[in-house]
Amino acid sequence: MNPLSSPAEATPRQDQMREQLLSDVTACLGDALVESHINVGNDLCVRIATDAWATSAAALKASLGFDYFCFLSAIDWMPSPFGKGEEDPTAEREERSTEIKQGLAGGETRMQVFARLVNHRTHVGITMKTDVPDAAPEVPSWVSVFAGANWHERETHEMFGISFSGHPDLRNMYLPTDFEGHPLRKDFPLLSRMVKPWPGIVDVEPLPGGGDEDEAEGSAP
Amino acid sequence: MTMISDRQQLAYIASQAADARVNVELETEGMTLNIGPQHPATHGTLRIIARLDGEQVLWAEPSCGYMHRGYEKLTEVRTFPQVTALVNRIDWLGSFANEVPFILAAEQLMEIEAPPRAQHIRTILFELSRIANVSLFLGDLGVQLGAITPVFFAFRDREYVLNLIEGATGGRFHPNFDRIGGLKDDLPAGWIDETRAVMKKMRKFCDEIENLLFGNEIFESRTRGIGVIPRDVALQYGMSGANLRASGVDWDLRRDQSLPMAWDKVDWKVWTHNDGDSYARCWVRLQETRESTYIVERLLDTLPSGPVMTKVPRIIKVPEGEAWISTENPLGEMGYYVVSKGDLGPFRVKIRSASFNNISIVPWLLKGVYVPDIITILASLYFILGDIDR
Amino acid sequence: MYALLSSIPYWGETLLRLLGGAVAVLLPAGTIVYLFLFKMMSFMQSRLGPMEAGPYGSMQLFAEVGKWLQKEDLLPERADSFVFKIAPLIVLASTFLLVAVVPFGPDAWFTNFETGVFYALAVSSISVLGILMAGWSSANKYSLLGGLRAAGQLIAYELPMILAVVGVVIQAGSMNLQNIVVAQNAGSIFGFDGLGNPYLLTQFVGFVIFMIAVQAELTQTPFDMPIAESELVSGYMTEYSGFRFLMFFIGEFATAGVFAFIASVLFLGGWGVPFSWFGWTGIDDVDNWMNIGGPLIMLTKMLGLVFIIMWVRFSYPRFREDQLQRFAWKFLIPVSLVNIMATSVLKVAF
Repeated sequence: MNPLSSPAEATPRQDQMREQLLSDVTACLGDALVESHINVGNDLCVRIATDAWATSAAALKASLGFDYFCFLSAIDWMPSPFGKGEEDPTAEREERSTEIKQGLAGGETRMQVFARLVNHRTHVGITMKTDVPDAAPEVPSWVSVFAGANWHERETHEMFGISFSGHPDLRNMYLPTDFEGHPLRKDFPLLSRMVKPWPGIVDVEPLPGGGDEDEAEGSAP
Repeated sequence: MTMISDRQQLAYIASQAADARVNVELETEGMTLNIGPQHPATHGTLRIIARLDGEQVLWAEPSCGYMHRGYEKLTEVRTFPQVTALVNRIDWLGSFANEVPFILAAEQLMEIEAPPRAQHIRTILFELSRIANVSLFLGDLGVQLGAITPVFFAFRDREYVLNLIEGATGGRFHPNFDRIGGLKDDLPAGWIDETRAVMKKMRKFCDEIENLLFGNEIFESRTRGIGVIPRDVALQYGMSGANLRASGVDWDLRRDQSLPMAWDKVDWKVWTHNDGDSYARCWVRLQETRESTYIVERLLDTLPSGPVMTKVPRIIKVPEGEAWISTENPLGEMGYYVVSKGDLGPFRVKIRSASFNNISIVPWLLKGVYVPDIITILASLYFILGDIDR
Repeated sequence: MYALLSSIPYWGETLLRLLGGAVAVLLPAGTIVYLFLFKMMSFMQSRLGPMEAGPYGSMQLFAEVGKWLQKEDLLPERADSFVFKIAPLIVLASTFLLVAVVPFGPDAWFTNFETGVFYALAVSSISVLGILMAGWSSANKYSLLGGLRAAGQLIAYELPMILAVVGVVIQAGSMNLQNIVVAQNAGSIFGFDGLGNPYLLTQFVGFVIFMIAVQAELTQTPFDMPIAESELVSGYMTEYSGFRFLMFFIGEFATAGVFAFIASVLFLGGWGVPFSWFGWTGIDDVDNWMNIGGPLIMLTKMLGLVFIIMWVRFSYPRFREDQLQRFAWKFLIPVSLVNIMATSVLKVAF
């Protein structure tokens, strides 16, 4: 059932179905597909050239039957300068790595828009990513391809400050209109954590039947 | 004399102005009606701005965000085990079901899997939270349409299910029972027999609701043909769950994807309806609730023995990677796209909640309906505000 | 009774009538609220209802009234204050006017109009005015929608109600409610006079239409669009609180009682028992104790009818406005017209 547990699984894990799918997608998209990655048994992740973002979605919908729009959002790959807010805010802030390292299927920019489409007949999904140019964070809108992308793009717009060219109405969904900043960007501080560090970050619950009893120091009831 | 004529003139002008005002008022130019944020039909604080012509809706636009709690941001400052306490509260009526996909995603990244007994119990609790959630929907449906009695039946019978969930997990609404690598505890003694009895009661409840509402001509006339969502539109908007199946798409994530859960261990049926209207959506939900009671019973029959927790490190660090797991939650497809950087907590969690997509169709759907139909359509789409706003 | 009444002056008599009217309106209203709204509804919904105030919560009503009287009498800022304040009074007034023609016994009546039926149907529609005033003056869009819905609905259901009553009037040959009661109780069915001739049997279609129309006039589910808690947040009553809401509340349930009184007069033989039981032949023979027994019989019949009204109310969802209008104009009115035709043909034939 789960590929991780199946006995037939060889050491370099294979995912025939998704490899086949990848070759189909490659044939369909051509140059628009920049990079791809198969998350074995879970997902196929492809990176699309920014300009071809909307046209590739339309192509996948038309020719490969990816007609179910699941979601659209973005990722800010910059490591948070504030960490997890576990440290004392009054203390000297320790140096953090600022190296931007993109996830599966690579990337070149700080932010990426990603979305998921599913073929409702075969029930196989595909995660699509695209780079968002750092200078002018704008990607083509999907609204003309999937009407449901409307709200998702509005949400992404206000949370990440990425605009979508061709979107009819990029109003804020959640935030007040005069809100400044984009909350889901990593450099947007979570103010409650700035005021008081989160005590729970070090509080680890002992697990029932968990092995490492020796390491459970003090906090175990 | 001039004084009087001035006054007459003023009076004339005033009367002209009043006439003009009356004319403007008499022009039936429509009325903007604010439904919510505090309105009995909005299950919380959804606001719908509707432009009306008489009782007909010209356009309607939901305005959400009154309950946005920023969970996607908060997950970035929590550890993996702590996130379940957050995601619990997304769809607060089916809390346990929210935990499962997140835990599965974390397990996927860690390349571990819960023992079979834990998978079974997870599935049972998942279905119980579906029953608890949807039974309230079935009762509430009556209230939205003006029948007050079903909701009391729903609250009465949901209590039994909540007691079960409480008995197993210790929490009625927010169990926080799922752990990476298994479950916090095994089932208590006597729970299984109790569950069987309650499942019979819930089937009786479903029959009761079916007789009380679905067999009623007024209910049918209020819901049949109201808010029809064609199949391709439903797919485009990413509708999921019963809303999608009511539009004739035979797709249930419990059946159609392989997850380390126990749904494929037993036989059950996916209910679909071809009409795509409000009646179909309600009907599919009713049938699914009944089907869930059978799933629970059959899972109890095949419950394997063994541990409920696999070996996991004392401090959970999830290896670098990305995982997408979605499950068929009571409200529809609930998924988490988890990005980990090998840290204590996730780097980014995209929460794909069902209601957000389900309700994004509302502006399209409400064009041209009557005011009472707004309520019917919103009730039949079945959203929970925490699930929209996250 | 006559002796008693003739010995007191006119003002005293008027006072007595007013007191009697208040009792005839408020007593049924209280009984209905406690018996049906508090207890019956609770049992149907598998709960207990009020249990704390008095034995089995029987004093709950007084607690509620006390609560409402203590509440602030809110007035919306933009409301038309005079109209807003007077609207609940008008609704309540229609109830009091309605009870004036109901006979409770051979001599226990407030007024004995020759055109009692006509009068009752006429004053019952005054409440529409009150509701429309309340909806309009509240300066609230929900209230306005509720008021307009109420106006449309009450006017639409006035007609089937009148037409349903016409059958009774034809059969009794009188518009006097007292005469209608006597005609039923003194009558016989094919020579069998053990039951009298309650028009429920001969005018069953009319009875059903009348009860449906009453349900709509009372804006009870399934015809409660003007109130529609889940859509219009109580419609025309949205902005009312305290004492004025209490008046609407009393009006709602008192009118239910009074309409049930009228229905029992028209279709169930009113205060009377079949006259043949006691060997009476007409109204003049009826013993004096019926002036005490009659109201009790009426109360029993009223409670039975209200039970049906409430039963439907608690178990049905509500119609949509256009469906309600369609139901009235395309179904109820044609059926009641056919009923009138059939009644007049049979009346002439027998």
